[in-house]
Amino acid sequence: MADKILKKLNIKVWRQNKAADKGRFETYTIENISTGSSFLEMLDILNEKLIIEGQDPIAFDHDCREGICGTCSLFINGRAHGPDTEVTTCQLHMRKFKDGETITIEPWRAKSFPVIKDLVVDRTAFEKILYAGGFISVNTGGVPDANAIPIAYEDAEESMDAASCIGCGACVAACKNSSAMLFVAAKVSHLAKLPQGRVEAKKRARSMVAKMDELGFGGCTNTGACEVECPKSISITNIARLNREYLLARFSE
Amino acid sequence: MSILESKIPEGPLAGKWSRHKENIKVVSPANKRKLEVIVVGTGLGGASAAASLAELGYKVKAFCYQDSPRRAHSIAAQGGINAAKNYQNDNDSVFRLFYDTIKGGDYRSREANVYRLAEVSPNIIDQCVAQGVPFGREYGGLLANRTFGGALVSRTFYARGQTGQQLLIGAYQAMNRQISMGNVEMYSRHEMLDVVIIDGKARGIVARDLVTGKIKRFGAHAVVVATGGYSNVFFLSTNAMGSNGSAAWQCYKKGAFFSNPCFVQIHPTCIPVHGEQQSKLTLMSESLRNDGRVWVPKKKEDAEKIRKGEIGPNDIPEEDRDFYLERRYPSYGNLVPRDVASRAAKERCDAGFGVNPEGKAVYLDFKYSIERLGKNVIKARYGNLFQMYEKITDVDPYKEPMMIYPAIHYTMGGTWVDYNLMTTVPGLYSLGEANFSDHGANRLGASALMQGLADGYFVIPYTIGDYLADEILTPKIDTNTPEFEQVEKAVTERIEKLFNIKGTKPVDYFHKKLGHVMWDYVGMSRNEEGLKKAIQMIREIREEFWKDVKIPGELDNLNPELEKAGRVADFFDIGELIAMDALDRNESCGGHFREESVTDDGEAKRNDEKFTYVSCWEYKGEGQEPVLHKEDLVFENVKLTQRSYK
Repeated sequence: MADKILKKLNIKVWRQNKAADKGRFETYTIENISTGSSFLEMLDILNEKLIIEGQDPIAFDHDCREGICGTCSLFINGRAHGPDTEVTTCQLHMRKFKDGETITIEPWRAKSFPVIKDLVVDRTAFEKILYAGGFISVNTGGVPDANAIPIAYEDAEESMDAASCIGCGACVAACKNSSAMLFVAAKVSHLAKLPQGRVEAKKRARSMVAKMDELGFGGCTNTGACEVECPKSISITNIARLNREYLLARFSE
Repeated sequence: MSILESKIPEGPLAGKWSRHKENIKVVSPANKRKLEVIVVGTGLGGASAAASLAELGYKVKAFCYQDSPRRAHSIAAQGGINAAKNYQNDNDSVFRLFYDTIKGGDYRSREANVYRLAEVSPNIIDQCVAQGVPFGREYGGLLANRTFGGALVSRTFYARGQTGQQLLIGAYQAMNRQISMGNVEMYSRHEMLDVVIIDGKARGIVARDLVTGKIKRFGAHAVVVATGGYSNVFFLSTNAMGSNGSAAWQCYKKGAFFSNPCFVQIHPTCIPVHGEQQSKLTLMSESLRNDGRVWVPKKKEDAEKIRKGEIGPNDIPEEDRDFYLERRYPSYGNLVPRDVASRAAKERCDAGFGVNPEGKAVYLDFKYSIERLGKNVIKARYGNLFQMYEKITDVDPYKEPMMIYPAIHYTMGGTWVDYNLMTTVPGLYSLGEANFSDHGANRLGASALMQGLADGYFVIPYTIGDYLADEILTPKIDTNTPEFEQVEKAVTERIEKLFNIKGTKPVDYFHKKLGHVMWDYVGMSRNEEGLKKAIQMIREIREEFWKDVKIPGELDNLNPELEKAGRVADFFDIGELIAMDALDRNESCGGHFREESVTDDGEAKRNDEKFTYVSCWEYKGEGQEPVLHKEDLVFENVKLTQRSYK
């Protein structure tokens, strides 16, 4: 509702100039932040201050600032995307913080997501998993009419639930094993729930899981942290579906 | 004028595209393997083009500034994609979609291009379904549709409020498949800084690796630019923070004409600006106008009390609410096109009826549809949008109406292209929002996605062959030539020049200043005096920028401020050209509203006699006035009428 002013905040943030550097925490103070501002706007203000003072601003990933591109990726006060549910960092607002609070900001911490600079990490590993089979093998043109194959309403909805994944990596960051199971499961479910995607479902599950393992993501131990921190509330029932597809694939080998 | 060869095929409208396809050249599979194409930008236009060209056999290199092609700003499109499928049996047709688009664009687009867009639109939906796009469906299993602004039929396909995301994921997956097969080389976190022209033809680009700062050369037989629009000239817009006009602008500086820059779309339903710290604006999908009713209080004293926080919207009785769109436009009501809805909101707010503390907001109320359909139905249709609204504003739109206000959203103007989507530079193509071709002076909702995918899936794969068929004997492009060297040198010098200014103010200071000038004088309402003033002010800010900008960090490292500085430097130039174009076009049409050209009842008034043309600006060098060329628009199939949605 009505915005208030947070008079002073301490921002404890991870600084690391390059991938090869050893990082460290540094603390900055910032004053007079409106509770109506977004978390990233608060960082913009801090960066402006740092630039004017002649310091290097904090590098962080962000783009659409409306929770859909999946670029932003901050671990705030020990939680992926910070202390709110069903939001990305760019949708997090300062009304979730108290005056005088110390806010700790870290990059995603996972072996498969190396730090590039400060809070920016390299998520190319996700791309590689998708190259392994996260698609339906059709070319442009020569496809049937869109209504040729009816799809049950529920199947389309479930597929859409899984397809909502924005590829931000919060699931990996939240997982104590740095597992990418929810990410992989979301893609496998999105496509497996549709008749068009069924054709390659088994092969897809098998190759994506193999790639995930190869890239150094950890195993899933069903703690469910990923589901809690997923900004799009993607359910871990998708992991069950992935396991089923994977087992089916293994048995049919 | 020979310089603007639009290459529109002769003959009846409905057969133009088929005949054109029959007549253009085709490259053999063996030769395609030897030809390289660079695609810059990986949104709907770029990703679909990269995938389709690679499937055909061309060797593709794709570039995006984001860390993944999936994050291109097409992803943020919410409401839907139009297609003339006529699945609803409501008398839709290719001609009707064509007609709505031409009329919605206020008769400032090319008939032939728009007809082709409508013609291929059904193929897009087929393609997307085959790729696994989970469109909304009816219980019988067939595809569902919703209605969008500017149309009387229901032809918009959607995937909840995330249609752009799902379509982009479809194109991205198709491209990923080609990456995995080695047909597309993907360069993420790379920004194109210039295009390289050799013997008059586009032969490659120079890009900066945003992680290492390294300047790199890339050669190809053709270059396709699909880098979106330039809305961020206005600083506050609904575009992503990184969205920029720089790639298109470098093409302009290398000889590609820039068309209709003043045609900028202001979207009526965005979350209003709050305070001074805001970094960007958030769109609320136009689809919400299907079930939301737009209103402000009838009485000024009520509006004043609301602004002071003394009463809330739910305290205003029914009879004291002014549903001004339904009042002014009874036949389209809340579904008038975007430009009309935006101006109507501004009119009410300027008259003192605005409802937020700044007086710059109107209500979008779902009370009536919740009463009619139930909360669950509304939740199923717009759940994610309502959640997004609540997270940003801390207000529950199921209980209280949303507050909305217009914001810069899309740019219809862009690089001039012929019917083949080629710019005035041979071998240089422009797709999607980056080109000017299909939306005239105003784009209809759910048509941007349609155009991006039409260009990428179904136009460029055909038309590029016509050019490349003559390039089969051209060997792989060598990047160790004086032309590449010269471009690399110029790019490096520009970056070093910016970096070495070492002034006192950050990039955003100048960007915000530019944005204010643009919004105040080149925004929703424009006049001669204001535009002249804006041009002067932009020049002053630009001068100050080049003397006093402060860029921290290092050249050979990830440096977001340096990236921003390069983009903002171009925004000054683009902003100036927008104002010049707006000054030239002394008529009101679509999103371009000149106060000197209005009807008696305050609606936009076109001047067809003088302005039925596409403005095409030619760059003449640093500090020189650009030259205006005109492509006359010829309408053989529709009659130009004053647009009415009453």
